Amino acid sequence: MSDLFSKFDPLISERAGVLAKGVRDPFAIVMQQVKSPTVAVIDGRDTILLGTYNYMGMTFDADVIAAGETALRDFGAGTTGSRVLNGTYQGHKECEEALKDFYGMEHAIVFSTGYLANLGMVSTLAGKGDYIILDADSHASIYDGCYLGNADIVRFKHNSAEDLEKRLRRLPPEAGKLVILEGVYSMLGDIAPLKELVGIAKAHGAMVLVDEAHGMGFFGEHGRGVYEAAGVADDVDFVVGTFSKSVGTVGGFCVSNHPKFEILRLVCRPYTFTASLPPAVVACAATSIRKLMHAGEKRQRLWEMSRKLHGGLLARGFRLATETCESAIVSVLMPDQETTVRMWQAMLELGVYVNMSRPPATPAGVFLLRCSLCAEHSAAQLEIVLERFGQAAAMVGLFETAVEVAAE
Amino acid sequence: MTDRAGIYARIIELIEPLNPKKVALAENTSFAGDLEIDSLTVMDLVASMEDEWDIVMPLNMLPDLETIGQVADAVTRLVTK
Repeated sequence: MSDLFSKFDPLISERAGVLAKGVRDPFAIVMQQVKSPTVAVIDGRDTILLGTYNYMGMTFDADVIAAGETALRDFGAGTTGSRVLNGTYQGHKECEEALKDFYGMEHAIVFSTGYLANLGMVSTLAGKGDYIILDADSHASIYDGCYLGNADIVRFKHNSAEDLEKRLRRLPPEAGKLVILEGVYSMLGDIAPLKELVGIAKAHGAMVLVDEAHGMGFFGEHGRGVYEAAGVADDVDFVVGTFSKSVGTVGGFCVSNHPKFEILRLVCRPYTFTASLPPAVVACAATSIRKLMHAGEKRQRLWEMSRKLHGGLLARGFRLATETCESAIVSVLMPDQETTVRMWQAMLELGVYVNMSRPPATPAGVFLLRCSLCAEHSAAQLEIVLERFGQAAAMVGLFETAVEVAAE
Repeated sequence: MTDRAGIYARIIELIEPLNPKKVALAENTSFAGDLEIDSLTVMDLVASMEDEWDIVMPLNMLPDLETIGQVADAVTRLVTK
């Protein structure tokens, strides 16, 4: 009898090899206590959180918490059902109303996670005989949506208008087409040239879906995302987003002005065949979304902190994934897996949590220490973070390693 | 070159830089098993073949294309379509 787990042996031995060197598992962190959007207790130690995507720091907002508590008390712990059966409460409708107001769109549908929102939208919109044209660096949830559906999948070079154009030109003009883009790409923190890409998609008669998971709250006049900042709102057919970043809870959504949009509730399997979000979650989300409409000060702070971290790391000699600060994600390029894990652990021991990212989650096989900022990070915390980065780099000999790699 | 033999020869050239271990390349050489090429690299290889012959090779075809010979057959089909 063959063991179905044999196929995981290479990964199991790779991990064992890394852990045998005495480092702790970067994918098994436990937050024992969470004190604020920027501080948690890990291994019994106060740790600055610099890798949570909690961009606007809404997780502990007093109004958000109060709304959640009231809903928990009045509507119970969970809905125990699908949105299309017993799982749509007043709170789910209020949450969809908040999204419509936030985006200035006619329709909004709330999914149970951001992953499910992409899985559902991508697999349902494009069917047999249609084409999905997606950026090579698309998030796993977009790729998985492709695999769940029946469309033909065409991938274009990351952020390349020329490559997108070339691939669209080869497709039959009469075929249905969905071009999928992201405002901010979460690994490197780079943003998409949406003006060019959306223009090309429209010129070839494609519908356009933009995932704004990492742009909601602080790009564009109303904080709708990179597509708003790029001035292409009228040409984007579907915006997908999440509650688990700027909104500060969990859930996913899609907003659109398409007149037939509501039919998706009956044909989109990842919407129909799963339990809806708990009442407390949608109450928190609705309150947070409405507050994000008037969060100018937080936006400004988040950008200020992001630029400060980006500039500070560059000044200390770190190699970053983007030349300038493009989003609230700042990714430090690392030379190899071992140095990355050792540096990640050194940071943790110095009281700073960042994300370690490795292939295949990262593009082009790069290793990253990925930081994401929060509007609630204080200037003092940022000073500590920069100092710790310098210390950790010295502890693992990062700059010596980096020089060796560059010289090879 | 758009005949099967010409396409096969060019595919071998395109794979060569992705074959640092110099595995012998033949019709039945498999991408995952023999060449140990990961899925991202395979997708990049698909893009270069699309550009080489000006064709569309949807990613959903990939599960059926395990060997170099199968890829050559698929490209030949698409080119002569």
